[in-house]
Amino acid sequence: MNTRTVEIGVGVFVALGFAALLMLAMRVSNLAESGGGHGYSVVAHFDNVGGLKVRSPVTIAGVRVGRVSDIRYDSEHYVAAVTMSIEPQFDRIPADSSASVLTAGLLGEQYIGLEPGGDETSLKDGDEIKFTQSALVLEQVVGQFLFSKASEGSK
Amino acid sequence: MTGSLAALGRWAIGVFGRLGRGHLFLLQVLGASATLLPRFGLVVAQIWSVGVLSLLIIIVAGTFVGMVLGLQGYNTLVDFGAEESLGVAVAKSLTRELGPVIAALLFAGRAGSALTAEIGLMKATEQLEGMEMMAVDPLRRVVAPRFLAGLIAMPLLAAIFTAIGVLGGYFVGVGLLGVDDGAFWSQMQAKVELMDDVVNGVVVKSLVFGWVVTWIAVFEGYDCVPTSEGVGKATTRTVVHSSLAVLGLDFVLTALMFNQ
Amino acid sequence: MSSPSSPHVPTGAPIVEVRGLSFRRGGKAIFDEVDLDIPRGKVTAIMGPSGTGKTTLLKLIGGQLRPDAGVVRVDGLDVHAIPRDRLFELRKRVGMLFQSGALLTDLTVFENVAFPLREHTRLDEALIRTLVLSKLEAVGLRGARHLYPRELSGGMARRAALARAIALDPMMVLYDEPFSGQDPITMGILVRLIRRLNDALGLTSIVVSHDVPETCSIADQVYVLAGGKVVGRGAPAELQASESPWVRQFIGGLPDGPVPFHHPAVPYLDDLLAGPPR
Repeated sequence: MNTRTVEIGVGVFVALGFAALLMLAMRVSNLAESGGGHGYSVVAHFDNVGGLKVRSPVTIAGVRVGRVSDIRYDSEHYVAAVTMSIEPQFDRIPADSSASVLTAGLLGEQYIGLEPGGDETSLKDGDEIKFTQSALVLEQVVGQFLFSKASEGSK
Repeated sequence: MTGSLAALGRWAIGVFGRLGRGHLFLLQVLGASATLLPRFGLVVAQIWSVGVLSLLIIIVAGTFVGMVLGLQGYNTLVDFGAEESLGVAVAKSLTRELGPVIAALLFAGRAGSALTAEIGLMKATEQLEGMEMMAVDPLRRVVAPRFLAGLIAMPLLAAIFTAIGVLGGYFVGVGLLGVDDGAFWSQMQAKVELMDDVVNGVVVKSLVFGWVVTWIAVFEGYDCVPTSEGVGKATTRTVVHSSLAVLGLDFVLTALMFNQ
Repeated sequence: MSSPSSPHVPTGAPIVEVRGLSFRRGGKAIFDEVDLDIPRGKVTAIMGPSGTGKTTLLKLIGGQLRPDAGVVRVDGLDVHAIPRDRLFELRKRVGMLFQSGALLTDLTVFENVAFPLREHTRLDEALIRTLVLSKLEAVGLRGARHLYPRELSGGMARRAALARAIALDPMMVLYDEPFSGQDPITMGILVRLIRRLNDALGLTSIVVSHDVPETCSIADQVYVLAGGKVVGRGAPAELQASESPWVRQFIGGLPDGPVPFHHPAVPYLDDLLAGPPR
């Protein structure tokens, strides 16, 4: 085999391999979005986070603005402390916004939805979101539903 | 009774002997590889035979695997009305498991067997001894370039396999079955992680697989009985052992990487 | 080509000295206290029936095998005591022609001959070409330089391998069964080549062979090995006149003698009467 052919062939092969890696990075996963370390962090406390996971999305009006970066148990207040990493371009979220653990679709994954408040000041790195609403636990919802039906029936 | 015990002992001695020889051999090859940088042309020539010549089978297999994933994934997901997640299903299964594993199995069959046969034949026809008598170290001149080439080619092949597979899944899902184009890609991008899935899955796994498959292949060739029968047996052993090693290691790596 | 690592050895001293060499393989003694001297500048033949370890002897001289006892000195260096890099330096000054030729199958004849030059020197391409063509001319294969080893006949492959063995201008060439399996014409070519190269290049040649007439026609000195011992030595003419039954059987090609025709077995009659095994 001619040395020149071999070199060109190997060159094409290596380029193809890196092109494939690049496609996997840019098109299949999202390289731009996964640079999570650059945003600012805010904390929120929830009574129950349900099925929330690290790296679950954080959205405002359905648009993803960040990800959950840490979930830990606060043993002093018996609640879950959730740290969210918000991307730096979303720097004008009112300080009195509220956070809820929501579910995408009926059985989908859980995420945090932020509901903007009316405050003039914006959330900064290290701030806490005071108003939170916990995840709906299906058993509790069903239980409440049955309980209220039962009390209706006994009237 | 004594006979079978003795046979068991002989078998164990044989197995441990090979294991020890294999590891010492790996050390020597690594030592020889370190001195190879000034002569990278030797490695390039080997990337041609283990990488470029494996490209066709990788592309064809990747296309079909991706298409099958698209079809099966669609049939399952459509029952839950979640066919938009097809992109996620295809991309996750390819990046985490099927891409590196199937590419490594194909690599073992195509390139690994060829490496063993080539080195084994060089041994059987006294070419390796001839080199030694010409004061050329066959480990450095023959084995190390092939080992490095396998190490370089395997991740690239796995990446190509995975990327082609995603395109195959896209072709079936979006092109034939009518999944929404935008949803296919956006769901995929939202769920597939660069570090977890692409780097850990495709790159790290295939580096490990490339290492093990090439190591087994060059060792079996170098260690074979230098007859045509010995070379044939060594080639078979390469394919069997390296395939099993890939599947076993895949479990270990998966447990280490994706077990939160 | 002399190397600075080479100690001063008087030119009259033998180039290879083997002293008390013993080598066992699988419990069987291949060599038992063998002493050999290979004189400088001569063609020395080592002959003996198949299975006497003639090829093993070459591998011991080349340092590829280790003896169980004894010393092999090549050009004054103890082959099995010097470190690996010194051994490799020594091997650059020793060419070896393998029975199969051992040409590299993925290289052309030209590249095969150029191989040791490319590996061990930093000569530019024009000089390598000149050197390779001169070696190929010496063996008559200049016109076959673009062929691959699979396209060569057995005799041509050996000649190409010979050109490669002398590519680095060695002081000594070892020939492993250069004549076996060749037709008479090829044999004649090889016989003359070995003698001519030896004299023209000032080499020392060791020819391992069991082809008696061809080897005797070019050898200055012959060793006959049998049963792990040297059973005869001398010029070819002296061996023809030897009284030793070993030498007489080997040189004369007699079917039975000290090397028995029969593989060791129980007496024929006992075997016949014993009947088939149950």
